[in-house]
Amino acid sequence: MTNDLLFDFTVDKATKKVFITREFDADLSLVWDAFTKKELLDQWIAPKPMKCKTKYMDFKVGGKRFYAMVTPEGQERWAIQEYTSITPKTNFKMYNAFADANENPELPGSEWDHTFSEQGGKTKVSIVIYNESLERLERILDGFTQGMKMALANLENLLATLSQK
Amino acid sequence: MRRDIFQAIADPTRRAIIALIALQAMTPNAIAENFNTTRQAVSKHLRILTECELVKQEHHGREIYYTLEIEKMKEIDKWLAQYRKIWETRFNQLDKVLSTIKKQKK
Repeated sequence: MTNDLLFDFTVDKATKKVFITREFDADLSLVWDAFTKKELLDQWIAPKPMKCKTKYMDFKVGGKRFYAMVTPEGQERWAIQEYTSITPKTNFKMYNAFADANENPELPGSEWDHTFSEQGGKTKVSIVIYNESLERLERILDGFTQGMKMALANLENLLATLSQK
Repeated sequence: MRRDIFQAIADPTRRAIIALIALQAMTPNAIAENFNTTRQAVSKHLRILTECELVKQEHHGREIYYTLEIEKMKEIDKWLAQYRKIWETRFNQLDKVLSTIKKQKK
């Protein structure tokens, strides 16, 4: 797989913003679909070994997506997104917040701004994430690493048990 | 209550304090001389930084000196690097999804 695709990740602690830019070797409408259709989103948005499941997604202004990141142990971490602005194949904005299994959001959340552009058959996506509190990001990461740590701890226990025999 | 470490470094005065004591340990008075605010305001910033474990106090005789916890600062960068890693993984997964779809279309 060619990996000369642009990837830029910067964090501005002062303005509490994360800037992410990535290029994809595909045309604009396909990349747009990958970000805005649940069947496609669920296939890539959860970093392994996590999995993503979207309970429902209504991609329109004022519409919502209710989804969970699932750890290898089956632990679910729910979140809810509300689309605040959509310019087809150009830009969409949403508000993301953690939630419980009954769709009650935990505020404050974060504001996401996605911009898409195509050049020479490649599509560039720029994401700006504004977090009222960067501690939220810490929680996101805790969730991801927790899943991996648990998997490792299970393996350690298993190895310990086996070596005792 | 656990302090939000990122909230702590989001404040410009607190970032300036961190930059000052990164060079040398300083007393609260010496730190306050660098700012146009009251001693109390600086004390409050120092208390928040202490609660976040970004700085620590050292007693030398009667004086209290504040020093920077370099390891804690490194921790923040390590943590941000991990967040970057998550996005890398995510996008590599998306590359695969995109190339699968492109092949199916042909």
